[in-house]
Amino acid sequence: MLDLLQNLGRRGLGVFERLGRASLLLVQILSGLHTLLPRPRLVIQQVFSVGVLSLVIIVVSGTFVGMVLGLQGYNTLVDFGAEESLGVVVALSLVRELGPVVTALLFAGRAGSALTAEIGLMKATEQLSALEMMAVDPVRRVLAPRFIAGFISMPLLAAIFSAVGVLGGYFVGVGLLGVDEGAYWSQMQDKVDLYDDVYNGVIKSLAFGWVATWIAVFEGHDAVPTSEGVSRATTRTVVYTSLAVLGLDFVLTALMFGD
Amino acid sequence: MQQQDNDEPLVTIRDLTFRRDGRVIFDGVDLDIRRGRVTAIMGPSGTGKTTLLRLVGGQLRPERGSIRFEGEEITRAGRGRLYELRKRMGMLFQNGALLTDMNVYDNVAFPLREHTDLPEAMIRDLVLMKLEAVGLRGARRLMPSQLSGGMARRVALARAIALDPDMILYDEPFTGQDPISMGVLVRLIRTLNESLGLTSVLVSHDIAEAASISDYIYLLAGGRVVAQGTADELYESDSQWAQQFLKGLPDGPVPFHYPAPDYAGDLLAGGEGREAAA
Ligand SMILES: Nc1ncnc2c1ncn2[C@@H]1O[C@H](COP(=O)(O)OP(=O)(O)OP(=O)(O)O)[C@@H](O)[C@H]1O
Ligand SMILES: [Mg+2]
Repeated sequence: MLDLLQNLGRRGLGVFERLGRASLLLVQILSGLHTLLPRPRLVIQQVFSVGVLSLVIIVVSGTFVGMVLGLQGYNTLVDFGAEESLGVVVALSLVRELGPVVTALLFAGRAGSALTAEIGLMKATEQLSALEMMAVDPVRRVLAPRFIAGFISMPLLAAIFSAVGVLGGYFVGVGLLGVDEGAYWSQMQDKVDLYDDVYNGVIKSLAFGWVATWIAVFEGHDAVPTSEGVSRATTRTVVYTSLAVLGLDFVLTALMFGD
Repeated sequence: MQQQDNDEPLVTIRDLTFRRDGRVIFDGVDLDIRRGRVTAIMGPSGTGKTTLLRLVGGQLRPERGSIRFEGEEITRAGRGRLYELRKRMGMLFQNGALLTDMNVYDNVAFPLREHTDLPEAMIRDLVLMKLEAVGLRGARRLMPSQLSGGMARRVALARAIALDPDMILYDEPFTGQDPISMGVLVRLIRTLNESLGLTSVLVSHDIAEAASISDYIYLLAGGRVVAQGTADELYESDSQWAQQFLKGLPDGPVPFHYPAPDYAGDLLAGGEGREAAA
């Protein structure tokens, strides 16, 4: 019993210690950001590898999610004779929830894990050490551009996901099930509010981008510098990011739409 | 020789004590690195030679003692100051530690691009010069993954001298080199030292090579300096440490084995296997 408590206590302390280190790293990253201003290429390169390479998976997943929404939405709405509102249902589900959340989950699997593995391997092969000895701060040169790139890419990817999803819903609803085309678009235009829905969706994906890249970059930087350590860190990135995104989504949703 | 000895050393290490996971790695080490000389640091595997280089580079902080670079205390230098000092040190890592996301050319150009505003044309000239010196000018388009271990280490050497530092720390530069590139490297280290007025610290197991180019040798074992002197002095000294190490004898004060229980008893006990089977 005592052992159990002791163990629990130790684990609890461990969690706080890691949180502390992660916060410290975040402060270091943020305080080094100004050094990136004269060198936008560093960030652009990372936006390419983080963002552009995730594009295919985002587009494909977005299409399918939109198609499923169109199908499910139609089946429910048609009972009430409200299938004209299909456009609103698809768009709101995507912009408010599925766009930011599913994008963040896919991002964790595609880009977050790659970031962690890359940084962890750079640590294991002493590349980070070598940078330090060349008087180049690895936090500023390696971590900061990746962090910013993730933060920028996430809302863009989420927007693409939602746009593609709306088209997927259109294809199923209008193309296959015969919903009126004009109604699909005009109802969507009427009912989707720029401020309430779109801005809040963007805020969500910014928050998710922040958390997802923070976790990915920290886990890589904190990895035990062996192949096993890096593989564990990569797994942790995906697990922690998924949990953090889903938890944060509830909190943000409650704050934005809860009253 | 006589007059150079009066110069203040570039690096002075006094009473250095360092521990890792509770294990004592250094226990009161005193060591001087003289300007313009090649100082060799030798010792059995795992004595802490790499650790010593990292302490000098300020990547690790000692528990006690002082490390001075031109009279400036490295162990207490702040981050910014440490980075300034490191621009004047080049370090060759044991495994090269090249940046794997850029090719050989960009790796050597990296410190120049980070720390100078030189035009790209001049960077190109400098990079090609450094690569020529290590015999790899023709390999400049290769990625690090396409290099052999020995080639990677030579590229890393070109990178370490890119900024023309005052001091270079070589961690085992000769491992993985064939006799030809070994000979070239040995001469290169000596030439660099003379022509650029460098100060070199050489960690190496290759006794003949290291002895042939170093002005002074420190022999580390068990966390202490157990012998020191020029190569000739060490060969002739009656220090058992020096004799055992230089001649590669298994018996002597340096244990070949990591501490372990009695061999015969250990064989008969057979603990691990049985535990695993049970
Ligand atoms: N990151 C670390 N954590 C804990 N102990 C370490 C770490 N790195 C090295 N050590 C220990 O410190 C000691 C010295 O290591 P170091 O790498 O300096 O040896 P070395 O003299 O360079 O050996 P070699 O000649 O094999 O390169 C070793 O016994 C090693 O077990
Ligand atoms: Mg070593």
